[in-house]
Amino acid sequence: MRKSMIATAVLGMSVASTSFAATQIEWWHAMGGANGEKLNEIVKEFNDSQSKYEVDPVFKGTYTETMTSAIAAFRAHKQPAIVQVFEVGTATMMAAKGAIYPVYKLMKDTKTGFDPKAYLSSVTGYYSDVKGNMLSMPFNSSTPVLYYNKEMFKKAGISAPPKTWEEVETVSKKLLASGAKCGFTTGWQSWVQLENLSARHNVPFASNDDGFTGLDTKLLFNGPLQVMHITKMREWQKSGIFSYGGRRSDSAPKFYSQQCGMYTGSSSAYGGMTRNAKFDFGVSSLPYWASEVKQPDNTIIGGASLWVLQGKDKAQYKAAAAFLQFLSTPKIQAEWHQFTGYLPITHAAYDLTKKEGFYQSHPGTEAAVIQMTATQPTVNSRGLRLGNFVQIRDVINGALESVWSGKETPQAALDTAVKRGDVLLRKFEKTHN
Amino acid sequence: MSVYFPQKKLPYLLVLPQLIITAIFFLWPAGQAVLQAFYREDAFGLSQQFVGLENFVDLFSDPLYYKSMLVTMVFSFSVAFLGIGVALWLAVMADRVIRGKMVYQTLLVWPYAVAPALAGVLWWILFDPNIGPIALFLDRIGLHWNHFLNGDQAMILVVISATWKQISYNFLFFLAGLQAIPRSLIEAAAIDGASSFRRFWDIVFPLLSPTTFFLLVVNLVYAFFDTFGVIDTTTQGGPDGSTNTLVYKVFKDGFIGLDSGGSAAQSIVLMAIVGLMTVIQFRFIERKVQY
Repeated sequence: MRKSMIATAVLGMSVASTSFAATQIEWWHAMGGANGEKLNEIVKEFNDSQSKYEVDPVFKGTYTETMTSAIAAFRAHKQPAIVQVFEVGTATMMAAKGAIYPVYKLMKDTKTGFDPKAYLSSVTGYYSDVKGNMLSMPFNSSTPVLYYNKEMFKKAGISAPPKTWEEVETVSKKLLASGAKCGFTTGWQSWVQLENLSARHNVPFASNDDGFTGLDTKLLFNGPLQVMHITKMREWQKSGIFSYGGRRSDSAPKFYSQQCGMYTGSSSAYGGMTRNAKFDFGVSSLPYWASEVKQPDNTIIGGASLWVLQGKDKAQYKAAAAFLQFLSTPKIQAEWHQFTGYLPITHAAYDLTKKEGFYQSHPGTEAAVIQMTATQPTVNSRGLRLGNFVQIRDVINGALESVWSGKETPQAALDTAVKRGDVLLRKFEKTHN
Repeated sequence: MSVYFPQKKLPYLLVLPQLIITAIFFLWPAGQAVLQAFYREDAFGLSQQFVGLENFVDLFSDPLYYKSMLVTMVFSFSVAFLGIGVALWLAVMADRVIRGKMVYQTLLVWPYAVAPALAGVLWWILFDPNIGPIALFLDRIGLHWNHFLNGDQAMILVVISATWKQISYNFLFFLAGLQAIPRSLIEAAAIDGASSFRRFWDIVFPLLSPTTFFLLVVNLVYAFFDTFGVIDTTTQGGPDGSTNTLVYKVFKDGFIGLDSGGSAAQSIVLMAIVGLMTVIQFRFIERKVQY
């Protein structure tokens, strides 16, 4: 026992001494399960590819846990060099000017090759300031798409997936007639049915260009389009076309168990779909209202990006820059995209995946990329920048639930949500002025 | 009974370790919370601004806060009464069992070993409207279960998850209490012709009242403070805030919303409420307790 302990200690010291030469940095992330293993593999590839730097990936739990532990660590001066933060935390990170090291600046200061144009603008828009400078490095981005059960579609005599919400209605009626329990269900209702609905129809979700140009932002999601959509969904819910199954992705089992024929959810759910859906399924773009627009705009992203934190030395920042550059290489990006179902964040990675024939062998995986790149993002579709967004989402979830349970009308519920959300925005504004 | 020490310093020295622990782990953080409640601070602690009572004013002008208080009262009293009631019933039953007594008692104590968050996940799966066996069963007998939408059902779910574990704890105390009741009292009553219900109501229950009172205090404190794990893993306070208890709100606003000032103000209010309740319990209910 004693001997083995000494042996371990000696071994530990010798391992430590060999890595003394390399500059070590920590990367805190929230990727568990299969995606986490893939992430470790990518980091190992980086560490093996050169001897100057060494990245140490640390799994910190959920997105929220990762962000809060990084913030707590920052307050205790024990922060990692790189931390993965989910998209709703973006405004909080951006407002913390003394805590973050903007990526564009990091790349410039360390003289690391970096071309912002290489990235998909509908992805980087979310993480850039008004001048177009990238503040964080996109890493895992997803966007909402429509999953449909091909077998149920066939049984109901439907030949193609619905492109518009009008078609969702007719298709759902056919599904119900053929014995389905519900037409469709949705995950992440605020993100899919309000935030992306607004972006897709080029309607503002909040003032100040969706919060990009100032802190005195006011929420605007109680407009005619949003109220119309939610009213329609409430009607659909009554007639069985739509079935509510919970916040986040709690509703996915309704699709897996073939109760509902369609599911609107994150493109990154593709991996889970292939594992859980014991039937042939397809992926299509997120529907839009043909009555509202001829050509829908791009959807906005979810997922997370990588932020570099202040308080490290020059060598460590060089390591961080080199690692971020490595992550953006077409090979790594394509690998990550194909394995996880997250979007490729560079044009080169997209082209590479296309060339490798991945989209042919995995039908439907390209739907999300096309949806993101088909049009140039507008001020209403490049993303949302709202302080206290986590709580605002919570308010919206509550409001929608009061509509689904029939307690409130769509207009009243959305009006209340806007009012409550504005209180949270004012609080954020006061804190950061 | 009093113990006298030869020197004056020794007793203080003996309790010193406990005092140090209390100071470091309870008094200091509590003091920090009180301080924070008067400041507005950004998430990273880069800027701090004294705002006086603003955090409290915000709190008490928020209608959702009152709703959360009401939810907490319903939740806490349901958990305490259900937990105590079921445990008492089980303890009386287990006390009567002659064969395999140990097996029953051990099995009934088991759930206490389950972590609160895990208990939450367990019940969440059982009641999941899409895949949960209990939910599917309820659906079959015509009771449509969907705690994602129905606030009352969500409340029932969190009450059951929070109570389940606590029953074991209460059970243990009741069983010990029952075993301490002299057999001769019950036997004498039986000879006098008292029915088993009368024997329980007039003899056993009053003699158990110190235990019941103790458990009432402990269970209420448990429901007020220790249940956010259960709520986080089951309903996250939803739907529409119908299970958003005060302690869960403290956790959510502080750790997820990163609003340290508002969250600190809430925890002070919560501390005051529970303190007040404990005082009330000791002043008014304890009088009825027969030691």
